[in-house]
Amino acid sequence: MYAFEYHRPSSLDEAVALLTSDDIKLLAGGQTLIPTLKQRLAMPDALVDLGRIEALKGIRTEGDSIVIGARTTHAEVAASEEVRAAIPALARLAGLIGDPQVRNRGTIGGSVANADPAADYPAAVVGLGATIHTNQRTIPGDSFFEDLFTTALDDNELITAVAFPIPQAAAYEKFANPASGYAVVGVMVAKTAGGPRVGVTGAGPCAFRAPALEEALAGAFTPEAAKGVSMPATGLNADIHASAEYRAALISVLASRAVAAIG
Amino acid sequence: MNAPVKTVGTSVKRTEDARFLTGRGRYTDDINRPGQLYAAFVRSPHAHAVLGEIDTQSALDVPGVAAVFTGADMAADGVGGLPCGWQVIGKSGVPMKEPPHPPLAVGRVRHVGDTVAVVLAESRNAAKDGAEALMIDYDPQPAVVHLADAGAPGAAQVHDDVAGNVCYDWEIGDKAATDAAFEGAAHVTRLDLVNNRLIPNAIEPRAAVGEYDPADGSYTLTTTSQNPHVIRLLMCAFVLNLPEHKVRVVAPDVGGGFGSKIFHYAEEAVVTWAAAKVGRPIKWTAERGESFMTDCHGRDHVSTAELAMDADGTFLGLRVRTLANMGAYLSTFASSVPTYLYATLLAGQYRTPAIHAEVKALFTHTTPVDAYRGAGRPEATYLLEKLVEKAAREMKMDPAELRRKNFIRPDQFPYATPVALTYDTGDYAASLDRALELSEYATFAERRAASEANGKLRGVGFSCYIEACGIAPSAVAGALGARAGLYEAAEVRFNPTGSVTVFTGSHSHGQGHETTFAQIVADRLGVPMANVEIVHGDTNRIPFGMGTYGSRSLAVGGSAIVRAIDKIIDKGKKIAAHMLEAGEGDIEFKDGVFSVAGTDKSLTMGEIAFQAYVPHNFPHDKLEPGLDESAFYDPGNFTYPAGTYICEVEVDPDTGHVTVDRFTAVDDFGTIINPMIVEGQVHGGVAQGLGQALLEGCVYDDEGQLVTGSYMDYAMPRALHIPDYRFDFTCTPCTHNPLGAKGCGEAGAIGSPPAIINAIIDALGPLGVDDIPMPATPHTVWQAIQAARASTAQAAE
Repeated sequence: MYAFEYHRPSSLDEAVALLTSDDIKLLAGGQTLIPTLKQRLAMPDALVDLGRIEALKGIRTEGDSIVIGARTTHAEVAASEEVRAAIPALARLAGLIGDPQVRNRGTIGGSVANADPAADYPAAVVGLGATIHTNQRTIPGDSFFEDLFTTALDDNELITAVAFPIPQAAAYEKFANPASGYAVVGVMVAKTAGGPRVGVTGAGPCAFRAPALEEALAGAFTPEAAKGVSMPATGLNADIHASAEYRAALISVLASRAVAAIG
Repeated sequence: MNAPVKTVGTSVKRTEDARFLTGRGRYTDDINRPGQLYAAFVRSPHAHAVLGEIDTQSALDVPGVAAVFTGADMAADGVGGLPCGWQVIGKSGVPMKEPPHPPLAVGRVRHVGDTVAVVLAESRNAAKDGAEALMIDYDPQPAVVHLADAGAPGAAQVHDDVAGNVCYDWEIGDKAATDAAFEGAAHVTRLDLVNNRLIPNAIEPRAAVGEYDPADGSYTLTTTSQNPHVIRLLMCAFVLNLPEHKVRVVAPDVGGGFGSKIFHYAEEAVVTWAAAKVGRPIKWTAERGESFMTDCHGRDHVSTAELAMDADGTFLGLRVRTLANMGAYLSTFASSVPTYLYATLLAGQYRTPAIHAEVKALFTHTTPVDAYRGAGRPEATYLLEKLVEKAAREMKMDPAELRRKNFIRPDQFPYATPVALTYDTGDYAASLDRALELSEYATFAERRAASEANGKLRGVGFSCYIEACGIAPSAVAGALGARAGLYEAAEVRFNPTGSVTVFTGSHSHGQGHETTFAQIVADRLGVPMANVEIVHGDTNRIPFGMGTYGSRSLAVGGSAIVRAIDKIIDKGKKIAAHMLEAGEGDIEFKDGVFSVAGTDKSLTMGEIAFQAYVPHNFPHDKLEPGLDESAFYDPGNFTYPAGTYICEVEVDPDTGHVTVDRFTAVDDFGTIINPMIVEGQVHGGVAQGLGQALLEGCVYDDEGQLVTGSYMDYAMPRALHIPDYRFDFTCTPCTHNPLGAKGCGEAGAIGSPPAIINAIIDALGPLGVDDIPMPATPHTVWQAIQAARASTAQAAE
C-alpha cells in the first residue's frame, strides 16, 4: 500500500468539500478499494472515509419505495425485516454477495458506484427500476450504468441512497463464479404495474435490461416463455470462466428460474 | 498403579488443536528478531527474457532500503544452484538434464515469478518500494508455455544445453510383451487425457527468517518446511557451502504443506546468505500472489493410454505414453514424480500381466512443477481408473464387476507387478463390496430416475485406487536414482521423573503427529498420554530425519519411534532384572509394569526410569545409566494403501453445474491409530481431489502470464462444494512394519478425481457425451453438452 492522507468527515457537506481532485477516493465498505490499495494497483492522494456520516445509513419505506442509505451494508439489507417484507428478492440478493465478512463491510452505495460488471446490486437497480439519489440529483437506474466500471456519476458526486420501487413480485437468480463468488450471470425478474422487468448483471460490460425477455414475459409470465428466448451473445463478456455464448444461455435459464420462483 | 487406558484405535482429540484454535500456534511469520530487515523479492514479469543491467542504485535510493543483491552477487560468493534430489536415467542410459537453477537468476529469467533480486529494507513497505523502484533491463524472448508445444520442432528453448526441452525420455515395463498382448487382444480401449496443472495453496504462505551469529559463525533459518533436515542438508551441501553443524533449520508450526513445502526454495538460501552479508536478521513472508507464482505447481501431464482385453474383459496389457511438465527448472523431487511415483503405479489393483509406459519430461517457461498431495499416484489413478471405466462402457459390463474380475486376489500376495513394485497385502474386493453397500449402488437406478424427473442427470463413477507410500526402502530408492536415504529417525527420552520426550524426524503441518505419536508411545510404554511430548521441526533438537511427505510419517516415522521404544523396554528389563534379582529372561513388561514371571515382584516404568537416572541400585557392570534411546528405521518395502471410492453426481443440463450428491470412501490403511484423524485426512484429501476434478485449473496465456494468479480466478474447493461423505475402513495390516500401518495422507486426493469424472461421464452418457476433462467446471460441462447435442442433431439430419 502506498501512503495516502485519510479523512473521516462527519457530514455529507464536509465529505463533498474534501473532493478536490480526481486522486481523492471515497471509502465506503472498502471491499474493492482496500484490496486494490494493498496490491498497489491504485495510488490515491487521499481517502475520504464515509463511515461516520449518519445521513448515509439506514433503511426506510417512503411511499411505494424502499430507500436504502448508501452506507448500508449488505448484511443489513439481507437481514432487514422491512426489505424482506417488501422486496424479499432484494434481501436475498444482498445475502448472496461475497461471504459474511464482505457482507458485513461492503455497502450498497460502494457496490453501485463501483459498477463492477459482475456485482449483484446492479441487477436489482436495473431490474427493479431503482432511482439513485446523489448529493446533487436523482438518476434513473436504467441509465445509471454506462460501461465497465463507469456510471452516470459526475466528479464530486456521491451516492446518498438507492430507492427501490416495491414490485408486485420479484426474484433474483445468480450463477456464481466458483472462484470469486461474483455473478457469472445474475438475473433480477420483477413483476410491476408497468409490466415485467428483467435486469441482468455479470453478462455484459455493465448491468442491462433484457427487452426480449421482458416482451416474452409480458406475453406469458411463465418459465417456459423465458427459457424460450434465445439471447444473442454479441457484446457479452468472455473470459476463462465463461464464453459469451454460455453467458447468453445462462441469462434465459436464470430468468426462467426467477419466473418459476415468483410462481 | 492402574495402567493408563489404551488409546490406539480410538479417536483421541488432537492435543495440538488447543494452541491452534486459540491463536497460540507459532508460525514462521510470528517470529520477529531485533534489528531485522524485511526482504522483498523482485520477480520476473516475463516468462522468458535475457537479463540486462540491473541498476541496484535505483532501489538503494529509496528511503529505508538497506541493501540490494542480485544473482551476480551470489555467484561472486560461490553460491551454487538449487539441487534436484533424484536422478532419473532415461532410455539407453541417458541421464536426465539438470540445468543450473541459481537462487537469484543469472543471465536469463525463465518463468513469470522467477527470482531476480532481493531488496532488504527497514520495513516491509520500504522493501516493496525498493523492489518496485529497481531498474532491470529485460530483453523479452519467445516463450514455450504449454506442455503439448514444448517438444515441437522450433519451440523456444528453456535452457541452451537442453535440446528439444527434453529433461528425460524414460520407460518402464516390457515393451515386447505388451505389444504381444495387444496383438492378441479381442478389444482395445483407448483414451487421451490431460491431468490438469494445480497450484497448491497452503493456508500459510511460505516464509523464512535468516539469522547469522558472528560470535560463533552460526546460521539459523526458520522456514515453512515439511523437512527441516533435508533443507539444511541441501542448502549447506549444494547451495551455500556451509558446514552443517553451523546451521540450524527450524520449521515451527506450519500451516499446511501438501508437498509444496518439501522443496528447497530460493528464498530460504537467499535470506540465510544475506543475513551474514548484512549482519542483520532477514525476514520474508510471501504474499498470496507470490505463492501462486512461485510455490511449485502440481500434476500437468498429457497422456495417451490403451488397455488390451480378451473377449470377456480380462486385462491383457496396458500401454501408456505421457508427457510431463517440469516447468522452467528441476525442483527438488520433480524428476521422481512422473516416473517412480507414477508409472510404477499403473498396475493399479489389477493383474494386468504386461505394462509398458513411456514418460517424456519437458521444460517449459512456467513455474517449476513438483510433488503435490499424491504426487504421481493421482495421475496414475486418474489415467487407469478412467480407462477401466471407459473399457467397461465399451464392453457393456458393470464397471464394478469388470474391476472385480481383474483384481489381484488376496491369495496372490505378495504380488509383483510388471512395473517394479511388489504389493505386500490387500483385499480389494473387500473394499469394493463395502463401498457398494455403503453407497447403495443397488438402488442407484431409482435415484437416477428421481433426478430425471427433476430435469437433472445423475451418474455414478468408480475409482479403485492403489498407492505406494511410506517412501521408501533406501536401497531400492537409491537404485532408482534417489540421492538421499529415506529412513526416518526417532529418539525416545525418558526424563528422571517418568515423563517422556520423543524427538522425531517427521514433521507435522496439520497431520496431528503430536497426538498420534503420543498415543503409540503412551500405549507401548504404559505412561499417560499427557506425560508424552512430541518434538519435531528443529535440526538442533531432533535426530537427522527425512521429514513428512508421501504419507510416510506413521509407517516410517512411527515405526522408528516403535524401534526406539523397543530399545527402552529392553534396557528397562535389564534394569528390572537387576533390581528384582531375577534373570533378564524372566522379566515381563506389560502396561507399564516390569514383573518377574510367575511372582508378584514388579516395578513400574517410572521406578525403572528413576533408577536409570539415579543409579544407586544399578547394573553398572552391564549398562550405562540413563533411559534414552534412538532408532533409525529404514522400511523394507513401500506400503500399499488401497480402496474403492464411489461418487454420485447430479448434473444440471441447463447450466452444466455438477453437484456431488454422495461420496463413498472405503480405504484400507492397515492398522489405524486414531480413526478421527484418519477420517480427517480422507476428508481433506477428497476435498482436494474434488478441487482438481471440478474447480482447480492453472491457466497460463500463450505468453506465459499466469491468468489464474489469485482467488478471483483460481477456484479452491469451499465448504459448500463438499458433499456428505460416507466412510468406512477395511484392514489388511502392512506386513513389514511394526505398526501394520500403511499411511493415509494422500489417498483422498489420489482416489477421488476419477470417481467424480467417471460419474459425470456416466450422467451425460444419455446425451452422447463420452468424455469430460478436468476441471469439469459448469462452463466445460455445458460446452460438452452443447457439442454432443449439435452432433446428435447433425447425425439426425
